[in-house]
This record gives sequence, structure tokens and C-alpha cells, in this order.
Amino acid sequence: MTIKAQKSAGRPLFDPAIVRAAALDSFRKLDPRVQVRNPVMFTVYIGSMLTTVLFLQAGFLEWTGGTGEEKASFILAISLWLWFTVIFANFAEAMAEGRGKAQAATLRQARAETPARRLMGESRDSASESVSSTALRKSDIVLVQTGETIPCDGEIIDGVASVDESAITGESAPVIREAGGDRSAVTGGTRVLSDSIVVRISADPGETFLDRMISMVEGAKRRKTPNEIALNILLAALTIIFLLVCATLLPFSLYSVNAAGKGTAITITVLTALFVCLAPTTIGGLLSSIGIAGMDRLIQANVIAMSGRAVEAAGDVDVLLLDKTGTITLGNRQASAFLPAPGVTEAELADAAQLSSLVDETPEGRSIVVLAKEKFGIRQRDVGSLGATFIPFTAQTRMSGVNLPGSRSLLKGAPDAIERLVADAGGVFPEAVAGFVQDIASEGGTPLLVAEKTQGRVRVLGAVGLKDIVKGGIREKFAELRRMGIKTIMVTGDNPLTAAAIAAEAGVDDFLAEAKPETKLALIRKIQAEGRLVAMTGDGTNDAPALAQADVGVAMNTGTQAAKEAGNMVDLDSSPTKLMEIVQIGKQLLMTRGALTTFSISNDIAKYFAVIPAAFVGTYPALGALNVMGLATPQSAILSAVIFNALVIVGLIPLALRGVAYKPAGAGTVLRDNLIIYGGGGLIVPFVGIKLIDMALSACGLA
Amino acid sequence: MMSAIDFAQLCVFLVLLLGLSWPLGKHMAAVLEGRDHPLARVLGWLERGLYRVCGVDPAQEMDWKMYALAMFLFNMVGFAALYILLRAQALLPLNSVGLAGMAPDLAFNTAMSFTTNTNWQAYGGESAVSHLTQMLGLTVHNFVSAATGIAVLTALIRGLTRRETRAIGNFWADLVRSTLYILLPLAMVLSLALCWQGVPQTFAGAVNATLTESVAYEIPPSADDFKADPTLKPAPVTATEQTIMRGPIASQEAIKMLGTNGGGFFNANSAHPYENPTPLSNLLEMLAILIIPAGLCHAFGRMVNDKRQGWVLIYAMTTLFLGFIVLCWWAESQGVPQVAAITGGPFTGNMEGKELRFGILNSALFATVTTAASCGAVNAMHDSFTPLGGMVPMVLMQLGEVVFGGVGSGLYGMLVFAIIAVFVAGLMVGRTPEYLGKKIEAFETKMCSVIIMMPLFGVLMGTAWAVLTELGRGAVANPGAHGFSEILYAFSSMANNNGSAFAGLSANNALYNLLGGFVMFTSRFWLAIPVLALAGSLAGKKMVPASAGTLPTHKPLFCGLLVSVVLVVGALTFIPALALGPIVEHLQMLGR
Repeated sequence: MTIKAQKSAGRPLFDPAIVRAAALDSFRKLDPRVQVRNPVMFTVYIGSMLTTVLFLQAGFLEWTGGTGEEKASFILAISLWLWFTVIFANFAEAMAEGRGKAQAATLRQARAETPARRLMGESRDSASESVSSTALRKSDIVLVQTGETIPCDGEIIDGVASVDESAITGESAPVIREAGGDRSAVTGGTRVLSDSIVVRISADPGETFLDRMISMVEGAKRRKTPNEIALNILLAALTIIFLLVCATLLPFSLYSVNAAGKGTAITITVLTALFVCLAPTTIGGLLSSIGIAGMDRLIQANVIAMSGRAVEAAGDVDVLLLDKTGTITLGNRQASAFLPAPGVTEAELADAAQLSSLVDETPEGRSIVVLAKEKFGIRQRDVGSLGATFIPFTAQTRMSGVNLPGSRSLLKGAPDAIERLVADAGGVFPEAVAGFVQDIASEGGTPLLVAEKTQGRVRVLGAVGLKDIVKGGIREKFAELRRMGIKTIMVTGDNPLTAAAIAAEAGVDDFLAEAKPETKLALIRKIQAEGRLVAMTGDGTNDAPALAQADVGVAMNTGTQAAKEAGNMVDLDSSPTKLMEIVQIGKQLLMTRGALTTFSISNDIAKYFAVIPAAFVGTYPALGALNVMGLATPQSAILSAVIFNALVIVGLIPLALRGVAYKPAGAGTVLRDNLIIYGGGGLIVPFVGIKLIDMALSACGLA
Repeated sequence: MMSAIDFAQLCVFLVLLLGLSWPLGKHMAAVLEGRDHPLARVLGWLERGLYRVCGVDPAQEMDWKMYALAMFLFNMVGFAALYILLRAQALLPLNSVGLAGMAPDLAFNTAMSFTTNTNWQAYGGESAVSHLTQMLGLTVHNFVSAATGIAVLTALIRGLTRRETRAIGNFWADLVRSTLYILLPLAMVLSLALCWQGVPQTFAGAVNATLTESVAYEIPPSADDFKADPTLKPAPVTATEQTIMRGPIASQEAIKMLGTNGGGFFNANSAHPYENPTPLSNLLEMLAILIIPAGLCHAFGRMVNDKRQGWVLIYAMTTLFLGFIVLCWWAESQGVPQVAAITGGPFTGNMEGKELRFGILNSALFATVTTAASCGAVNAMHDSFTPLGGMVPMVLMQLGEVVFGGVGSGLYGMLVFAIIAVFVAGLMVGRTPEYLGKKIEAFETKMCSVIIMMPLFGVLMGTAWAVLTELGRGAVANPGAHGFSEILYAFSSMANNNGSAFAGLSANNALYNLLGGFVMFTSRFWLAIPVLALAGSLAGKKMVPASAGTLPTHKPLFCGLLVSVVLVVGALTFIPALALGPIVEHLQMLGR
């Protein structure tokens, strides 16, 4: 099974196999060495242990006829739910990891040990020995033949082969890999379908692309990302504050009991329960799952991020550098207009242009034939039956066309080539056509001229305008990005005039014309110096410096090893529009964190209304007025708050894994919506939830 | 009882405050940016002279560590000088009534209190401090502690506006400029205005007045004597003469307000007719407390080149302020049902502990103003407010003194809350949070957390310690929940550098003096230094240009968010403590 296959199958959120494994894992994660990594949940862990001890003490005392600080059964209930809180948080993390692990398992199959033929020299005829793929080291040379699996990442130094890369990309169509150029990289675990190649190994075992992919999807080497660290600090600070609030509540309570002359001081059990309710356990318990799930969503989009940091940076991107070809425009230019010279009808020109292009198999040539048919219904004609012969394009003439019977030929080519042809024949180049040439160029098109040559005399028939076709819907996409505050820059090798026209048509914010790798790099540096973050895609070796410089560099999987090394993400689909999806996933990751933090904090208000009256009503009966939820008994109030606190973690696992709903809009709108949903919701939901749990407890006679 | 005339007074106060803060903000921005302004032409020679005498080059900028060191050392030297002055005042001139030197623990507390802009007074002003100490010690600190606040704020603003630099300004220049061009001129104008209203300004000592009616009262035995011999009875005394203290009051009164210091010349503070004789002087004093903190918001807006950023802070502060003043005013107007039941007379609201010349609104307003800012001057006894009325000043302090707040310190506190608000909200819009183009990362969150946590620690731990010890509980005059409120108020005041007191707590003992002194120290400098670290870190960052994806921090939505963050942090921290103090008092008063 491949990643692609899994994707199309749409792995359900709660895959039974993953749930089973996660349930087991959530107990395994009770290991203190695991717990200590999450400061918020570690305090809950300590609280669970503390209440367990208190339960044992109370149980023992009750057994010997005394009483503990609370009834043993109450302490037990609190203690159990505190343990559940820890386990639920573990479960959330295990769920997120489980999804990655399942993917890693399929990748591992591709990585399985394979035999390899190691060559002693660089020539394919040199002596060879058979070794295991794991024994290969960097700069070893291997020969891979038809049907064999490529043992390790490398660069083809000799030969050409079709390779099945479906193990990694999920794409079943084979790709061509050849020595030299931008298609020379091969990945370990992929299979040669035809021919044989000599490969220089470029990675030691354990450091291959596949290895990195596995460790990323598994989250094994997951390090906390910068924003996650910052959020963790804030959560730790809140936890410390609440620890202090609860710790000082004991002396306050003692004083109050003394002052009021009745009631008993708040118990450690209740204080622990209050603390766990207040501590930001919801976000604390789900924080790592959110990060892992974000990475997972990226993998679902068939993108492998080399670090979590890159995913976060994707949310921050201010500027997208987009290649014109393939991203903004369809791959090739197409004929869009016939502009006849004075004295020539448009139909005549179309006819001549079509004839001259009949044998021209370039996309431009074919598009002329199509346009002629569309506009004038000129049918495809058979060159042979016309008695025509083809004049191929050469670098010298820079024209192509057909020789027709009667020493008549039709030629089409670049304006300067035709101009020279006219001048050589002693003809006059029509003013009007020169004007067309200007017009077409200024609109971002490429002019081609069609000329007729009869017995040495040359007549210009007119111009054909070739145009870049901007992809449908791309303009709206850019407008959407603009609303999100993201600027788009089109990168193209075209001249500034052409580039400007296409940029205007596509609706990008800016363009870089006559782009070379150096100018691209310089542009990225300039944007970064302004404090903005840049994302780009690239595939060639000459893109590598820019990919490395960009904050988010997405290398195409079809690209060279150098490009893949330089970028911090690899797009397995090699889709130029993937960048936009990546930005969205990055933003969604940050939004999910913010939303759950807000939710977690606003929950606390309701919990105070549950716990404070319950804890102090014995001392100050007047505080019963704060029991606005009308909870049955102090015990059930405290227990309901703790149960709600634990259940809300489980309830929010789907949200943490899926990410909050995302729609592209300005920051103000997004903030308002999320504040209403997660801030307002966070205030109200626990009032309802705690009341319901309290009613359930009462109904079961547990209150 | 909330009459239309009262409402009109409240409006006049707000209009004057907001109106005057705008030109003042403009002037302060010019001063703090070191630009030319009219006063520099008049007093420039003095500024330059000071630099020359002290060997300071104002153009030589410091990194945050240097700045913090200069700020800290300057304040510690000032602390030591004041401590010596308080201890040795008996030996020094201008001690007209022959006051003794202060006890070590009280002197420590007082020196720390004035150094940290708290002005908690565990002593009675007129009966414990000589004129020399008032002028040379307390008044000087009233100026420089306020100037220190402005300097630290200025450094933070520079951190927000500069890019990729280590320099955040020169502490000495900021200190001199804020003293010379902001505090001094305003203090002179206000002193004269107060003199005009009848506040004394003289070196003459006390006068003795013969009472028209003799007054009989009892002096209880001191606690120590009573312990030795529990049979001791209070000694009856009949007074025919009253000693009325005078001194250079107007000059101290002016800066006490303007610098949000609050340390009174008299024990009764601004309730005393010599400190605050008329309703007009009362209005001037309230305006003086908030004018600089409000003006600094506008100065901030100008300095960050986006006046809307200053306005949004003003709006947030005003919103909070209005909420609290209305609550306090309402609670005091409601009065106490039990009192109404006894008197049966016309219902007047709660006038206990209030001056008749100020009445309910102006007492409630003063209480709200003085605790919104970290001033701590009082014109009524907060201890005698109704439970909810008294909770208002307490909560305002517990929020961290950011509703206008102390001079400089209020705004830097509010900016820290803004950064926290931006952090959470920024995540919700799907970007690494940024404030004014500066990315908020781990270091910033760490510093902001420390800044938010420090006063909370002071309040909760101080109160916990006091209620656990005999010495702490013994100082309480009232039984029941109100006693707890008194202790909670005391530490809320000290740990937020306010300095106002719920009277009723005999706070002059070693526990309150030493613990309180320590709490004041930590919540002043363990805030100021992280703020400077924050400034240094922000200054080193790039400036991200704003885009449609940037969280707008000048819109009403952000204002609302900021208000909620301030309230939620305060509420989550103090609800349990408040429930055992003012909230239960209120519920009990209502007979629940």
C-alpha cells in the first residue's frame, strides 16, 4: 500500500487499528520519563499520584475505624478521574502518532534490506561484488539493472532508466531518470523498470530520504517547534500561577475557618482537583497531538516536511514566489489571434499559417492549427497529398514552414528573422505588421510572422499572436491569498514587458522578469531583509541556493538531489500549486493551537463557579449563592468539574487531529470568528457540561 | 443615589482627563525622543549642565543590560540614601518638632516603598518624618521613581520601534529629561494651584490651637505593657489643645499625585484638609494622578508612528476604568442595609469614612483613580467602603496596575498584557504572533510571564504568610472575612506598588515591614528588569511589515480582547481569595 493509495482511501479519523494501538500506548506513556516532557500534564500526573496516596491513607483510616480528610470513595473517584485526564492526554498524543506510524510502516517495507551490486570503478564494466544495501556508504558506486530495487539514494552517473517511484510518491506511472541534468537523482527503495544505470550513492544508511521521511512521519525525532516552545512557556506560567493560587488557598481557608468559627479547612484532595481543573490541561494535553497532526495533514497532502519548524513557518509566509510556467500559466504558449497585413484577409492569413504549421509538432505550431480550425473551420490537411515538403526549423534561419508545388513556400518565424528574409529579397516590410509585432509584445504575447515566398519575392502575410494562457481560477486564488495578507510574486524568464502583461492578467502582486538563479536569490534576500517570510518551489540544481535561502523551500520530488537537500519540504506530487495548500496547513496548525488555548483558559471561569462554593460553603454558607449551576452537593460539584475537565480532552481529540475549520479571510475576521467560537464557547460549554455531569451523577445516586 | 449632578462631575473629569492627555502626550513624545520642544529652549542649559557635571554623554546609547544596571544601581543608591536619612533625621536640621529617627525595619520599609514608587506608609506622615526628610528624601524619590518608570517605558517603546540593534537609549538622559521637562514643570504648576486652593507651603512648624470644646478620650496601654500586665486599664485624657502640623506641603502634594506616588504628608493623606482642602483641589489631584499615564499612551502612539495604537490602549484603559468606577459608585450609593435599618432616616448611601466635602461620588472616584493608577493617595478610608466598593480598589491593584497605572509602569504593564493578548490571538489568525511588527517568540513570552507572575506571587504569598503567622493575624482590627480583606488589600497594594491601605491594619510591625519591603522590591525591579530585557530582545528583531494577514492591534476587537485578557488573568488568579474576602462579606451583608 502506498501513501497515495492511503490518501485516496481517506484514512478515517478513528481507524480501529490505530485506536487499539493508541489505547495501549496511552498506558505505556504513563512512564514518568515521558510525562516530564509536558510540564502541564506532569503536574496532573503528580496530582493523580498524590490523590492515590490520599485515598490509600483514607481507606486505611476508615478500615481502622477513623476518617481520612475526605471520604475514601470520594478521593478514589477524584483520583481515578485525574488518572483518566492523564491517560486521555496520552491517548490524544498516541492517536496522532499512530496515524504517522501506520504510514511509516508502509514506507519501511520499501526500505527493506536489498542486495546491491557494488562496482569497483565508475564504469559499468568494472568488477563488482554483491553486498547488502545496508553495507553501502556514501560515494560507493552500484549498478542497478532491470527489475532491481535501487538500494540507496544516489545520483545516476551513467545510463538512463525508467523508474517506478510509487513506493514514495504513490504515483504509478514510471518516471525517466538519466545521468546528467536535473533528472539524475534516484531514491532508495524505488525500482528500475527498464534498462540499467550506474549510481553513485549519496547517503549513508539511516540518512536516506526514505529514512528521513519515516522519522518525520513517525514523529520519532520530533523536536518542539519555536512557537510550540513559546506557547509551552505561557502554559507553564499559567500552571505555576494556578499552583500558587491553590497552594495559598489552604492558609486562606484556615484563616477563614478560624474567622468564621465553623466549617473545615479545604482538603488536599479538593485543592488538587481545583488545581487540575484550572491548569490549562485541555491545551496542555492536546498540544503535541496538534503538532503531530499538522505534520500528518501535510503528509496527507503528499508533502514531506523535513522539520516541524518549516510547517510553522509556512503559516507565517508573507510572500510566495511562484514560477510562471506550470503554476500561473499552462505549460505552453498558444496562438490567440491572426493579424493580417494590409491587402490580406484574416482567412488567407489563417490558411497560410495553418499550412506552414501542419508539420510543425511544437505546441505553438499545433495551437495555430487549432486556432485556424476554431476561427475559420480550416480542416486538417494531409501534407503528402498537397505535395508539400517540410522546411524544418534551424538555428540559422529561425524559421520553419512548407514548400508547396509551384515554387511557392510559406514560412513562419520570429519577427526579426522574417524581416531579414524580406530585406534579403529586396522587399518592403509593411509598417502595419511592425505595429502588430509591437502590440502583441506589449500585451505579453509572442509575435510570429507568416510570409509567402514566390519565385524569390517575399510577401509578409501578417502576424500570429502567441500568448501564455493563464490557468483558470488562478486569479481568484491570488485574490484569496491577498485577503490572507500573502503577496504573490511571479518568477519568469520572460522579458519585463511580457512578464508585466501576464502578471496583470493573472493578478499577481509583483513579478521578477528575466529571472536567473542569482536574481531569484537576491530577491529572496531582499524580501527577507524587510522582515518578511518567503516560500518558493523549485526543482533544478540551480534552484538549490534559493530553496535553501527561502523560509519555506518546497522541492519537487522529480527534482535533483541538490534541490531536495536544499529545501525543507519535498512535494511528492511535484505540483507547482502545492505551496498554497502548504501555507493553509501551516496556518491551520497555529490556529488550532490558539483556539484550544483560548478554549482551555475560558473554561476556568465555570470551574470556579463549581468548585469555590463547594469548597467553602461549609465555612461561609453565604457562598452557596455562587452555586449558579445549582449543583447537587459539594462532592458532586467538584467531581463533575474534574470529570468535565477529563472528558473535554477526549471530546476535542478530533478537532486537534483535524485542525480547526479554516477559511481564507483577513486576520480581523478570522480572529473575531474564532474568539466567538472558542472564547465564547469556552465560557459557556463547561457550565452546561458540568451541570449535565452533575445531573447524571445525581441520577446514578453518586452525588 | 447616583444623581445627575454626580454623573455630570464624572463626565467633566473624564473629558478633562482625555482632553488634556492629548497635548501632554505630544509634548512627552518630543521629550522622550530627544527632539526639540519649547521647554528645551528654557531649561536646556540645566539639562546640559547636569550631563556635564555627571560626565554623561546623552548620545551614548546602552544595551539593555547596561540600561538595567544603571537603572537598578541608581535606585539602590537612592534607597540607601533615603534609609540613612530616615534613620538619622533626629540629628539633621529642619526637624521642627524634634522627631526621632525611624526604627530599622520601618526605615527599610519606607525607603523601599518610596524607591519603588509604592509609597506604602506604615507610619503617620506628620508624626514620623521631619521636613528635611520629606523634602530631600521623600519628594526627591517621588520625582526620580516616577522618572525611572518613564525611562523604562521609553526603553520598551524604543525596543518596539527600532530594528536589529542592541541600543535602547541612555538611562541617564531619559531620567533627566523626564524629570526636567515632564515632572518638574507639571509639579510647579500644580503646587501653585494647590497653594491657591489653600494647601500650606511653609517651613514653619506646628501650631497649637486651643480647642473651643475640650475633648475627653482614652489612651489604651501599649500591646507590650498589656501583655506584661493584663489588668492595665486605658488611661483617660482630656485634650484642650490641638497640635496642627504644617510644612512644605503643596510642593510634595503635587508630585505625590503627578508621579503616582501617593505618600501623604499627613497620615490622613488627601482626606486631610491641608492636603486636599476643596472640591476643586480634589478634582485637580485626581486629574494629576492620571494625566501622565494617560498622556503616555498618546506619546506611545506617536513614538510608534501610529497614533491609533495609543488610542486603543486609552480606550481599553478607559473601558476598564468606567466599569470599575460605576461599580464602586453604585456599591457606595447603595450603602449598607443594616445601617439603613438602624437609622431609619433618609437614605444617604455609605458615608462612613468619607469626607463630607467630597461625598460619595468623589470619594469613589478618587479611590478608583488612585488604585487604577499606582498612586495610593486616598481621600476616604477604603476600609470603610461597602464590600464591593472596597473590592474595586483591591481588584484594580490586583490587575497589575495597568488601568492607566503608575507613571511609565502602567503602560509598560499594559503593553505586556497586549503582547500576551497578541500571542494567543495571533495564533488564532494562523501566524506566529507579532506586535507592532515584532515577532513574539519564546524569550518574549518568558519575560512577559515573569512580569505577569511577579506581582501575583507577591500578593498571594505575602497574604498567605501573613495569615499563617501570629504577627500577621494580630495586626487585623476587624474580625471575620473583613480581616482577611484587610490583609489581602495590604499585599495587593504593596505587591503592585500602589501604596494605598485599607486602614484597620496595624501594619507597622516587623513582618509587614520586612516582608512588605521585599515584596515591593521584587514587584518593582523584577518587573522593570524583565521589561528592559524584553526591550532589548525586541530591538534586536526585524520589523515585519503589516499585511492583511497581520492581526490588527488598533481595532475595537483588539481593545475588547485586551480588556478581556487583563480581566481574565486577574479573575482567574484572585477569584478564590476574593471569594473569601469581599465577596463573602457582600453576600453576608445581603443576609444570604
